[in-house]
Amino acid sequence: MIQVAQLFKQFDKTEVLKDIHMTFEDGKTYAIIGSSGSGKSTFLRCLNGLENPTSGSIIIDGVDIVKNEKELPKLRQHIGMVFQSFNLFEHKNATDNVTFALMKVKKISEDEARKIALAKLKEVGCDHRATHFPHQLSGGEKQRVAIARALAMEPSVMLFDEPTSALDPEMTVEVLKVMKQLTHTGMTIIVVTHEMNFAKEVSDTVIYMDKGEIVEIGSPKEFFEETKTARARQFLANML
Amino acid sequence: MNIDFTSTIPYIPYILQGIIITIQIAIVGAFFGSLIGFLFSLVSHRKNFLGATVRGFIDFFRGTPLIFQLSFFHYGLPQIFPGFLPTAFQTAMIIFSLNSSAYLAEILRAGIEAIDKGQIEAAKALGVSKFYTTIHIIIPQALRNVLPAIVNEFITLTKETSVASAIGVQEILRRQAIVTGTTYRPFEPLLLVGVTYYVLIKILSIFGKMVEKRLKYDSSSATI
Repeated sequence: MIQVAQLFKQFDKTEVLKDIHMTFEDGKTYAIIGSSGSGKSTFLRCLNGLENPTSGSIIIDGVDIVKNEKELPKLRQHIGMVFQSFNLFEHKNATDNVTFALMKVKKISEDEARKIALAKLKEVGCDHRATHFPHQLSGGEKQRVAIARALAMEPSVMLFDEPTSALDPEMTVEVLKVMKQLTHTGMTIIVVTHEMNFAKEVSDTVIYMDKGEIVEIGSPKEFFEETKTARARQFLANML
Repeated sequence: MNIDFTSTIPYIPYILQGIIITIQIAIVGAFFGSLIGFLFSLVSHRKNFLGATVRGFIDFFRGTPLIFQLSFFHYGLPQIFPGFLPTAFQTAMIIFSLNSSAYLAEILRAGIEAIDKGQIEAAKALGVSKFYTTIHIIIPQALRNVLPAIVNEFITLTKETSVASAIGVQEILRRQAIVTGTTYRPFEPLLLVGVTYYVLIKILSIFGKMVEKRLKYDSSSATI
């Protein structure tokens, strides 16, 4: 369980997050939506300490990561992250991208790591690209390899930061398909996305953010069909 | 044309033995220059005392001529520190190491800064330590980015070893001057020296091209 309370984040004088309160329950899928600059990516990046909050608390399995920065490297092994720009290691092929952290963080032997990597690449449908380097992969394949890399660490939480924003529609479909499979595995999944259909069909809870605040939280049905706030209604009107 | 090798021929082995000195200075300079330059490149951007000291050091070696650095070390410092009497050869090895370390540190720093920060973030998110990220993600890619510039620096270094002749190091150019002093025929030994340098540099740049080719990303070098 991840409990966020009174979370503030400032960049210089700009307030990016204002008094965020949120509880993420285990095994559920959350979609964070909102227009650009709403603070949704910053919020997500706070959850594994890639951003340092200005104040507040983020308690993950009983540990407040805002106060215990030293716990972060250990904690990050249980929190996978997938980025908008894939961020694959350009000098390593798909397999080595996956085995790297297994060997260096989990200290798994190379043979064992390779087996895990191939299994995970198969899971995301990229086993035929095992020896390809990132520059030889399509955008969709890159993102799926990045997902395999995160999954190989067997995290209990997966964070997705606009995973399909850099992809064309066809590739978006392949990546969303893989993400959809993950929702049945018991992992907590938190996705920052512009894909309204994904939020609608796959998530358990939709979080709408605007100007650094959480404006509305609800089930997809509540949020899309019985929108409570004027701001969310305006946002949805602009999206459709 | 007034070309006649007869008086120079007996001295050819003597001149060519200078290559060993030239290569020794170049290799020592390249090796320690790389080592020191690498360490400098990791700290030169830091906003602390260490970073400032390294930046000052780099600035000094890039901001003054090589011949001044050699003279200063060889003739200047012994006046201030009486017991300090480095030979010309020792001076050359030390100054060439330090001088190339300054240039290599700048080259490597540029290579490090050119790496997309997203990869470093991805490693962080996977729980990889800063040390492993530096060794396995940053350094290999930085090296690949700047390999042509490094080869270039080694070529410059090899050519500049000739400056060491000015403080009396018995490298190939110095030997040419000594022979000319006996034969009064500068053209023939100079021709020999020019060809020798050219061949040396050619070998170095072909070797550099080979390494560059090997380091290109391609699936043929995949390990599975």
